[in-house]
Amino acid sequence: MAKRDQICLEARGLTKVFGFGRNRTVAVDHVDLTLYEGEVVSIVGESGSGKTTLAKILLGLINETEGEVYFQGKKRDIRSYRRKQEYWKNIQAIFQDPFSSYNIFNKIDTVLLDCIHMRGGRGLPHAQKVEMMAEACRFVNLKFEELTNKYPFELSGGQMQRLMIARIFLLKPKILVADEPTSMIDACSRATILDMLMQLRNEIGMTVIFITHDIGLAYYVSDTVYIMERGRFVESGSADKVILTPSHPYTKRLISDVPKIYEEWDLSTV
Amino acid sequence: MGKVILEVRELTTKYVTRFREDVYAVDHVSLKVEEGKSLGIAGESGCGKSTLALSLMGYYFPPLHYISGDIIIDGRNISGMKPDDVRKSILGREIAYIPQAAMNALNPTQKVIHFIEDVVQAHDPTKSKKEIYEMARTLFETVGLPASVLQKYSVELSGGMKQRTVIAVAVILGPKVLIADEPSSALDVTSQKMVIKMLRDLMESGFIKAMIFITHELPLLYNVTDDIMVMYAGQIVEKGTAREAVFDPLHPYAKGLMGSIIVPEEGLRSARLTAIPGVPPNLKNPPPGCRFADRCKYVRPECRVASVPMREVGEGRMYRCVLSEKELREAYQNG
Repeated sequence: MAKRDQICLEARGLTKVFGFGRNRTVAVDHVDLTLYEGEVVSIVGESGSGKTTLAKILLGLINETEGEVYFQGKKRDIRSYRRKQEYWKNIQAIFQDPFSSYNIFNKIDTVLLDCIHMRGGRGLPHAQKVEMMAEACRFVNLKFEELTNKYPFELSGGQMQRLMIARIFLLKPKILVADEPTSMIDACSRATILDMLMQLRNEIGMTVIFITHDIGLAYYVSDTVYIMERGRFVESGSADKVILTPSHPYTKRLISDVPKIYEEWDLSTV
Repeated sequence: MGKVILEVRELTTKYVTRFREDVYAVDHVSLKVEEGKSLGIAGESGCGKSTLALSLMGYYFPPLHYISGDIIIDGRNISGMKPDDVRKSILGREIAYIPQAAMNALNPTQKVIHFIEDVVQAHDPTKSKKEIYEMARTLFETVGLPASVLQKYSVELSGGMKQRTVIAVAVILGPKVLIADEPSSALDVTSQKMVIKMLRDLMESGFIKAMIFITHELPLLYNVTDDIMVMYAGQIVEKGTAREAVFDPLHPYAKGLMGSIIVPEEGLRSARLTAIPGVPPNLKNPPPGCRFADRCKYVRPECRVASVPMREVGEGRMYRCVLSEKELREAYQNG
């Protein structure tokens, strides 16, 4: 359980509106979010509920229409690209689709070297860099010797996602935004990926924001769960409380829609 | 015991790679589906689930090649038929296939009804547009899709709606067997439930007589199908009813799969997930013995010697392991 003393990231009244006039869509609607250091938070919702938009705002990939984000007590400043890069040293992401998260022209060495350089390791001797890369690959059960001179698309989806975790291992960010990291991976590799993520979190003590539509997954990994419907949080609290004793009808419906193995799955309520 | 709709005996198919290497992705697979029953196939990615689905259709095109075995649909052996004949007389009428990203099958420049016209007229050119429209409307009403969908373009539909539309189009000619290859893996839980309900309705109303459902999500399979087969590296390693395969698996791999189930139910957080270490063998030159031996906790020297046959225990229950049922159960109890 996280120490509930130090606030890592705070969002106040975050709103994102796409389009205007007839096409005006409020994707994220006055969302308040408080992240404590070392906590694992899940944001659960259906497709189209605004989870990914929220994640992108927190990452600074798109600008919010309204509201503020405070990082470690200070209002974040990402008005220039240089400041954004500074911000990204602290917040990193793993995306849903491993196949499109890499630059296809960069070899795996480059991908990992970039991470070392970003952490200020540009001046290190080459042998030390290789050792660091090899260590990161060992952490995710990949062999660095087999990966040198390969391109990311030569790997399988699970391997790519593990390479993504190796990047995070090198970057050691304060916050990790994991946007459906396992939804394109089959159930058997999913356990491996999740275990690696959790192990990494324990090792470098980062805060994880887990974005998923799989409520079982959210229950498995997180301390706190937020349920999102149409851009708003409708329910939040500790994972046990929200999943085992849901109070909002939307949460109840989400949970009833997941196939279970110990309870009857009621198909009549579609 | 009902009438057997689909029977497959010792089906073997291979891929030929660019470098003329043979990859046996489906290796001596036998299965039987009775009328009104559904069969689930589980396994990790790359184990040959989707190749099995393609092979079952009897529609082979390079790099997939047919080697041996029989596919018998309702008493008619379709193995060894020419691909063109298969396409004209088998696909759509005898056997229908829904691929994983079925929703991308819709043409963005065509209305759904025109797509259906194309499909039906390819098989029966005498049908008029009016008849086809009536047919489509009746079908859509049965499966709970609004008839207005017929006049829409695919971009106007949501992902779940597109998927259900494609399934409806796939079964419009009344196939005997429906093969659904991960029909819901790209959808969120609510749309997934709708798709599953639709497949159920199709089975119950008799539009399709039998179904093969392929996925890696065991909780889903458990809720949808009557029987479950677990595949590993091109072979069937476990076969049993859904309840047996989920709660009482015999093969060590099937046992390992059960350790990766995530359901939002009490006890999940305390029971940690157990991942199976290692990776599946390369099927270009599979090991001579048990293919799971390298990743198995209970491996013995005799596992690696010769290929392991299926053992039958009880009615329809099978597994592929050198250990007997008793030995396996003891091993599981001792951890």
